[in-house]
Amino acid sequence: MSTSAPSALVVGAGVAGIQAALDLADAGVKVVLVERGDSIGGRMAQTDKTFPTLDCSSCTLTPRTVEAESHPNVRLITRAELTGLTRAGSSFEAEITIRPRYVDLERCVSCGRCSEACRLAGKVLSEFDLGMGNVSAIGVPFPQAVPSTYAVAPEHCLMLRFGKCGKGPKCAEACDVDAIDFDEEERVERLEVGAVILATGYDLYDPADSAIGRPELDFRDNPRVITNLQFERLSSASGPTQGKLLVGGVEPKRIVFIQCVGSRDRTTGAAYCSRVCCMVSLKQAVLALEKLPGVEATILYMDIRAFGKGYEEFMERAQRLGAKLRRGAPSEIFAMGDEVVVRVEDTLLGGTEEMACDLVVLAAGLRPRSGSEGLAAIANLTVEEDGFFATHKRDPAGGLGEGVFVAGACGGPMDIPDAVASGSAAAGAALESLLGVGGG
Amino acid sequence: MPKLSDIEGVTLAERFELAACLQCGRCTGGCPMSIRSPLNSRKFLYESLIREDGEALLEREEVWDCTSCRTCSSRCPRELDPAMVMRAVRTVKIEGGRIPKTLMDAMESSLKHGNPWGRSRMKRTAWAEGITVNSIEEDAESERLWFVGCTPAYDPRAMGMAKALARIFEVAGVDYTTLGSEEVCCGSEMLRAGEEGLFEELSEVNKENFAELEFAEVVATSPHCMNTFIADYGLDIPVTHYTQLLAALAAEGKLPFGGESEEVKVAFHDPCYLGKQNSIYDAPRNVLKAVPGVELVEFARSRERSLCCEGGGGRMWIEGMGEGERNAQIRVRDAIEMGVDVIATACPFCLLTLEDAVKTTGSEGKIRIFDIAEIVVNSIDGSERSE
Repeated sequence: MSTSAPSALVVGAGVAGIQAALDLADAGVKVVLVERGDSIGGRMAQTDKTFPTLDCSSCTLTPRTVEAESHPNVRLITRAELTGLTRAGSSFEAEITIRPRYVDLERCVSCGRCSEACRLAGKVLSEFDLGMGNVSAIGVPFPQAVPSTYAVAPEHCLMLRFGKCGKGPKCAEACDVDAIDFDEEERVERLEVGAVILATGYDLYDPADSAIGRPELDFRDNPRVITNLQFERLSSASGPTQGKLLVGGVEPKRIVFIQCVGSRDRTTGAAYCSRVCCMVSLKQAVLALEKLPGVEATILYMDIRAFGKGYEEFMERAQRLGAKLRRGAPSEIFAMGDEVVVRVEDTLLGGTEEMACDLVVLAAGLRPRSGSEGLAAIANLTVEEDGFFATHKRDPAGGLGEGVFVAGACGGPMDIPDAVASGSAAAGAALESLLGVGGG
Repeated sequence: MPKLSDIEGVTLAERFELAACLQCGRCTGGCPMSIRSPLNSRKFLYESLIREDGEALLEREEVWDCTSCRTCSSRCPRELDPAMVMRAVRTVKIEGGRIPKTLMDAMESSLKHGNPWGRSRMKRTAWAEGITVNSIEEDAESERLWFVGCTPAYDPRAMGMAKALARIFEVAGVDYTTLGSEEVCCGSEMLRAGEEGLFEELSEVNKENFAELEFAEVVATSPHCMNTFIADYGLDIPVTHYTQLLAALAAEGKLPFGGESEEVKVAFHDPCYLGKQNSIYDAPRNVLKAVPGVELVEFARSRERSLCCEGGGGRMWIEGMGEGERNAQIRVRDAIEMGVDVIATACPFCLLTLEDAVKTTGSEGKIRIFDIAEIVVNSIDGSERSE
């Protein structure tokens, strides 16, 4: 053990997991980076701009995702999950279950012909674009995706669902390099690693959830009511509208942002503050004001929490640019013709109003990933009352089991700068543990 | 004068944990009265907490505007209960004799006659004359009690609900009985108006009747009666609304609907006590969908967002301070704009407030208001009732 290079497993390749993996890899640790999705980058890859600097999110992220894929000390495995973890002496044996991609990582040249040829081209709602764009049953979620290898969506692909696709799968016919293999099977790999970092991120609150949703906000049925993450996709140049803010093909004239949707709200099962949504909405209001001159951007809030470096200044910038901040949490939303009506009490004025607008953006809160409890059981962690992974009181990166660490929003809501710092902190803690194992 | 802090020896703020209020405004923003009345539940809670002399709240007449729809309480992110704060203030006002005269009359009638409508006990079964209605007074025994309710029993318009249900039960062969003139007011509205003592008195009579006759189930005409049986009586038998029974009968094919029928566009108005307070949204819709010729459409504000008709919380006997268009009038206007022929509802108070709104908006001939039971009977027996 002590003669071989130290090794670590990082579960989740969002910005926190990538940061942790690269910090460890740069320190000479052999890292296996496991990602459940088709490509890496996590929520940051879906984000258009980052606050408070309004940097292009993918411009900051892409060099990191590329580095994670190409670093000699990092082995990246996508469509994979941690399904077992047992302690073996001072190290772990990790069981990784890898779902088939049906496209060979080595052969695929990412030409895109398969995607164009697919019988379902334009008929599959894009998961990456949160249901707002149409794609094929084979593809990459976005142009800069890492890995750039295409992947088949088993829940849509006719070949995988019914065993046949017309007279034969058109994607395979279109592929010059013979990269598509429908016979690929799920496989399990067992790895020995010295430390484990969980960086599995968060789920976004679903305002249409049948149990903890807020049906009074009309999210399920009204296309003019979207979430903040959907706004990011609309605003992104790689999104379904190529970055144009359009609702039903038309530019909205009045946008209302609603804070604390699924946060600070016991009726939705979350008493906590999601920490990021105030800044997200301020940023989105600025983007809207810049993209759509003359647009009316109103943020309806309970409290604005702008606590990070440069955040308060950004809030002032948004205000001076024209973002209207009004204090009051809306109670309900309903359609009236082509308009959306937001029923809210402006608590500073002390009167209920029915505000008509063209687009409502719900600042949906951050939730623990579904399946967190199962993963916690596998990794010998516990989850807190709020559903996020519990960490040591004196060591924010330390999980409760020895050699297992927590990075990013799977330990509680945090924004991108905090997730990066958290990834580095977890890498540092893991490194300390690994060096200790090595007898240092 | 009684004081707010006399309730259970604690202040209003302590009793209802108002220190935890976020002052977010979701209660007021959802309140069906807040646009046209000075009633502002958020400010009310704040003043209860902050003002040393919270007693000044007793001077505020707008507490009588609350319809007890409970939208405020359902929306509170800290799970506080503004609707109960309103009720508590009403209670103290009543104890001090500060009560609207019309409400006082309804309360006295409930005590004296067992109904809030100022009518004699003996007239409670007048609606049933000439039609088949099972009753314990005619020795009809059943484990299922149909609780008719005061408004369907006495009000000439709401009587249509009682008659329709009796007819449906007859043709569908439903096993049931009623309490006849032994039935007394459920007390729901008196309790929500703040008169706890009167509620206790009325509910004791009903509870004794239910126990003595060993009913296994209660079906109520009014969502208000149903709700108080569930929320306040502490019964150990199931209580349902008639729309749930009709939905089950329709699903079993036991409602002999008429074959031919003209197409009618119907919007369902969710009663707050059925929907918001008891989450019964689908049963009434399933009944309507089963009626041949009915095209069911939805208000933009339906289900959890249904716009309260202002009939609850004792408001049938309180004029209130609200100015401008009444909610029921808004409902009628919205329905006409939607091109709807009929607004269907399933509550005697909604039925009456909506009927009134048709008249006050001069909309006769443009739209009709029916209870779901009436729509079902119209289909079974032909539509002579609908004229």
